[in-house]
Amino acid sequence: MPDATGLELTAHELRDANAESILGTEFFRGQATLLTNPKHVVEVLRTLHGKGYTFLASLHGVDYYPEEPRLGVVYELLDMKAVDRLTVKARVPVDDPQISTVVELFPGANHPEREVYDMFGVVFEGHPDLRRILMPEDYEGFPQRRDFPVGGEPVLFTFNEQTSYGKWH
Amino acid sequence: MEIKREPLSAQAKADFRSRQLLAKDMLDGALEGEALDRYVEQGVLTTTLDKAVSWARGNSFFPLTFGLACCAIEMMGIVAARVDIARFGFEALRASPRQADLIILSGRVSTKMAPVVRRLYDQMLDPKWAISMGACCSSMGVFNNYALVPSDKFMPIDVHVPGCPPRPEALAHGILRLRDKVHGHEPAGWRERYEAQGTEEVLEEIDRAGAAINLYPGGDTAGA
Repeated sequence: MPDATGLELTAHELRDANAESILGTEFFRGQATLLTNPKHVVEVLRTLHGKGYTFLASLHGVDYYPEEPRLGVVYELLDMKAVDRLTVKARVPVDDPQISTVVELFPGANHPEREVYDMFGVVFEGHPDLRRILMPEDYEGFPQRRDFPVGGEPVLFTFNEQTSYGKWH
Repeated sequence: MEIKREPLSAQAKADFRSRQLLAKDMLDGALEGEALDRYVEQGVLTTTLDKAVSWARGNSFFPLTFGLACCAIEMMGIVAARVDIARFGFEALRASPRQADLIILSGRVSTKMAPVVRRLYDQMLDPKWAISMGACCSSMGVFNNYALVPSDKFMPIDVHVPGCPPRPEALAHGILRLRDKVHGHEPAGWRERYEAQGTEEVLEEIDRAGAAINLYPGGDTAGA
């Protein structure tokens, strides 16, 4: 893990290259996080890739409902030589959930990006094959969003058999 | 363990000898009239074809080798030594649905998997039976959410085995209940309350309230 100073130095370096790219930093319980502008996330990741963070350990989505911008995409980077981990977060609004794909940089991001699209509806521009991966292809809605109903079936017990579906006397 | 063989009593020996002599007389053509009738009646067991066929079917299920989730681990246990399902003649797990007549839904069925399971069930030859094993598959259990679908929604289920997961003994009990059902003397249980018989599949095409089709009434060879 880069320490708090190392994180600030990295952020400064990225800001020097593009002042808009970094929105802030977080250092919490030893975990360094860069809050980035979603428009420049590929640029930030490419720079970090050049600095040794060559492995994308995880890519996942978050729904920060009711905060705005609601949807988040989290990239967990790993420097396998220095054994350093760095988290990059980007937030996109739910009305226009667009972010660039990082498949060209990390080919392993292909399926995680499809999963984030499937579950949260974040559209990864430039993704080679952006389809649903877990849910059926004709499924409507994005089930991991916080305002999506949990779904499921009412279970038929004795106490609700008169009001539930089914056949009764 | 030492095996002891009790010597036959004098009475049993005499009975055996007399039956032997009677059979010899019959073969020689020496038996006639009432004596012949009595001899034939002793050696004949009358039943119906339905009952005989149900008896054979109920004692030789061919389950499909098909696991969905963690319940499948328990399902594997029923063929092992402790709950040896081969005692009842169910040990021949077939790898193809076309050779199987019993499908055990062992685990959760997701909305994406449901058409696949239904296709496997449709590929099985009649007569066929289905067991829904575990909570997920019957009532969706702890995964009662958008991702799963209860098995009753897309195929007819004969026996539900509750548990999360059910122990192999519970599944063996479920299969034995299914055997009772096929033999035609199944206790109605909850079906009594819903006036249901056998396994019912409600088809939407039939425009009649509560229209249900009795697919495989117990003890019947319908659909063979």
